[in-house]
Amino acid sequence: MEPILRTENLTIRFGGHTAVDHVNFNMPEKHLKSIIGPNGAGKTTFFNLLSGELKPTAGDVYFKGQSLAQKSAIERTRMGLGRSFQITNVFPNLTVLENVRLAVQSKEKVRYQLFRHYKSYKAITEKAEELLTLVLLDNKRDALTTMLSHGEKRKLEIAMLLALDTEVLLLDEPTAGMSLEEVPTILEVIRAIKNQGDKTILLIEHKMDMILDLSDSIMVLFNGQLLADGTPGDIMKNETVQNAYLGGLYDEHLTEIK
Amino acid sequence: MKMRLSLQHLCFFLMLAILVLLPFVNDSRTLIILLTQIFIFGILAMSYDILLGYTGIVSFGHAMFFGIGAYTTAVMLKQMEPTLSTFLISIVVGMLLAGFISFLVGLLTLRLKNHFFAMLTLSFSGLFLVVAEKWRSVTYGNDGFTFKAPEIFKDRMTFYFFVLTCLVVIFIALYRFVNSPTGRILIAVRENEQRTKSLGYNTLYYKVIASVVAGTVASLAGSLYAVSLRFVNTSVMTMDITLDALLMTIIGGVGTLVGPLLGSAVIEYAQHALSGLARDYPIFERWIIFFGILYILAVIFFPKGIIGSLRMMFWKWRLKHKEKNQSSVALSQEKERFE
Repeated sequence: MEPILRTENLTIRFGGHTAVDHVNFNMPEKHLKSIIGPNGAGKTTFFNLLSGELKPTAGDVYFKGQSLAQKSAIERTRMGLGRSFQITNVFPNLTVLENVRLAVQSKEKVRYQLFRHYKSYKAITEKAEELLTLVLLDNKRDALTTMLSHGEKRKLEIAMLLALDTEVLLLDEPTAGMSLEEVPTILEVIRAIKNQGDKTILLIEHKMDMILDLSDSIMVLFNGQLLADGTPGDIMKNETVQNAYLGGLYDEHLTEIK
Repeated sequence: MKMRLSLQHLCFFLMLAILVLLPFVNDSRTLIILLTQIFIFGILAMSYDILLGYTGIVSFGHAMFFGIGAYTTAVMLKQMEPTLSTFLISIVVGMLLAGFISFLVGLLTLRLKNHFFAMLTLSFSGLFLVVAEKWRSVTYGNDGFTFKAPEIFKDRMTFYFFVLTCLVVIFIALYRFVNSPTGRILIAVRENEQRTKSLGYNTLYYKVIASVVAGTVASLAGSLYAVSLRFVNTSVMTMDITLDALLMTIIGGVGTLVGPLLGSAVIEYAQHALSGLARDYPIFERWIIFFGILYILAVIFFPKGIIGSLRMMFWKWRLKHKEKNQSSVALSQEKERFE
């Protein structure tokens, strides 16, 4: 079966540094794949290449077999590739409901209506409220986003991503900067999305217990290269991966630099 | 919510009633002229608020559209029969022209980051100023020219009501526009453009829409301004006009629509009062210095402007009130539990 998302020799160089290096990966439909790797491995850059925030130096991304080389980030979102950001990226001075409402409005293609009051689109508001309930933020709907805690902002990010109703969700460290108590709620939210069974999820994370718990497969990036891709069991047993994490490859890499 | 809406409507109708009745109570020519001027600059400032307050675009070239409106009306009334219909047609022609030019300029420049955009609007505005100066056969250069206004506007009162009607129509239209789905997207662009893009909105289109709406409305203000003076020269295209609009918007409150109207009233009245004082105290001949000080103080102490600060106070009061209510409910529930 044709993977919903795949890359061919995806590469990006910033000057002399190759951040993503000939990565070939396949993403089966309705599958949850996690991307792991040490800091600076190129995970977020890889995401940026998939979502169109960055243009590759070489190689290409394919969504349902179609090349995305000429597609902008906006077009990719409209095609069905939605992403959340590692750094919380919401509309700070708007209410929580308004943040999600804007995302639902985009999905419903209500874009160039210049004179009808936005509140008269009741279905959009109802959908936004429904999503806030799903991410456990319904009691904060009228709060200004800037007043939310970090964890709540991350949940809001997920609600906004879900509002776009894209087939593929690219989640960039949804638990980044969260306190330990907040992590389980995000885990629950992602599990609930996965259990709905209609989304393909690509997840960047550092929390291994969470990854092992959720993932159908795991891919490992190291120095921009794809080190391994397999089931959680295979990855845990993989020696190269263990070296990468335990430092063996780091030492080799450092010697190379010296 | 219903309560707040009706309160807003009440304020609107009350203000309108006062403005309609005022000329009958006090028909001082100076007052009528001052109010007409306030309305005209109110329209200009509201148009600037669409850019600055709602979309987060800083433009230094807004006077260009005001000037296009002023010159279109002045030239048409000079070259053709100065009738009401010529005037109305000139308003439409000016708005179409300004709309078209703001569309082109917007499409070319709004891709750029904010400060580059601001500099480019300044240069485009400079370009139009040079055209107005050099195309002497039509514009009479820097000196400008006088022209006859339509007969019906000889009576200042009629013109007052005409401008007031324009103000009300534009206010309602812009109010609906900023509260439309497109208006909400403009606010999203102001808040976080990159995020708006990632939601699948092509932000360039929305910025161009804002620029076209602001441009056409500014042109209407320009047309009215020219007729109020029955004279036009290149001063309508200068940076001073843009700075006035900027000052009115900031003092009144950005992103509030009513704020710029209030800002226009404050600035126009202050200008009038300070130049009046100049007769007795020569220092006030330099009233522009006081505006500079006013601007600095406003930005430091009232960055949200008059309406913005009032709104903030209202929200804080409501939040406090709500919390108080909630804690009293929680307290009574607690009481019930123990009893």
